[in-house]
Amino acid sequence: MAEFNANLRGVGSVSVIDVKGYLDAHTAPELENVFNRLVDLKQYQVVVNFDDLKYISSAGLGVFMAYVETMRENQGDIKFSNMKENVYNIFDLLGFPILYEFFKEENEAVKKFSDPAKS
Amino acid sequence: MNALNKILEHQIVVKSTTDNLEKIREFTKNAALHSGFGEDTIGKIILAVDEACTNIIKHAYKFSPDGIIYISIKFSEGKFVVSITDEGVQFDPTQVPEPDLREYYKQKRVGGLGMFLIKRLMDEVNYNTISGNKNQVVLIKYLSQ
Repeated sequence: MAEFNANLRGVGSVSVIDVKGYLDAHTAPELENVFNRLVDLKQYQVVVNFDDLKYISSAGLGVFMAYVETMRENQGDIKFSNMKENVYNIFDLLGFPILYEFFKEENEAVKKFSDPAKS
Repeated sequence: MNALNKILEHQIVVKSTTDNLEKIREFTKNAALHSGFGEDTIGKIILAVDEACTNIIKHAYKFSPDGIIYISIKFSEGKFVVSITDEGVQFDPTQVPEPDLREYYKQKRVGGLGMFLIKRLMDEVNYNTISGNKNQVVLIKYLSQ
């Protein structure tokens, strides 16, 4: 079975999801569960750290599309960090950089929530 | 038969469950590894096959686990051809519009991205009906491109 893990941790008021392994149609529901938990907890400021993600298909990208509006409606967002080139290329092919913010490092993404004016 | 004319052929038959996607990706990778493609192109082919099979599981078999997916890969004269066949609900690719991400975002739509990705990742994509009741999608990648 494809290995995938989504681990949730707090950095100040921001929730960071560490995604690891292979995110496809089989494992995407695990990530949905994490986002459902965040919505239940009213935690809308989210950074997804992709450092250990090896693979993503459109089923995985669909999860971010399904939740980003809820986060933004509540003064939050979903921001991405530490993405490998092969994974970023898929986001890029589908036009995500127009609608989402990508950061090299997690702390830059976290900081953006506390100081949104600075880019 | 010399190396240039050698035809490599690989086949796999799996049930229509998402836990088989990993097996499908491994199968595709092993076939592509012997065909001279670079790592980047192999990654594109693997993702395209994953997306095509995910669409079959979701739309042709509507998540019923008893459907069958036949995958055949042929490599000959620099042409890598993946034929994926199912016996599920017939599918008309002309009815699927190209997604506009901004519209998707507004409408909270999350489907339809797979077909768009497949087109971007492969050199040729053809959808056919065979033997009257089978759907077949043929994905082609050329070694020289």
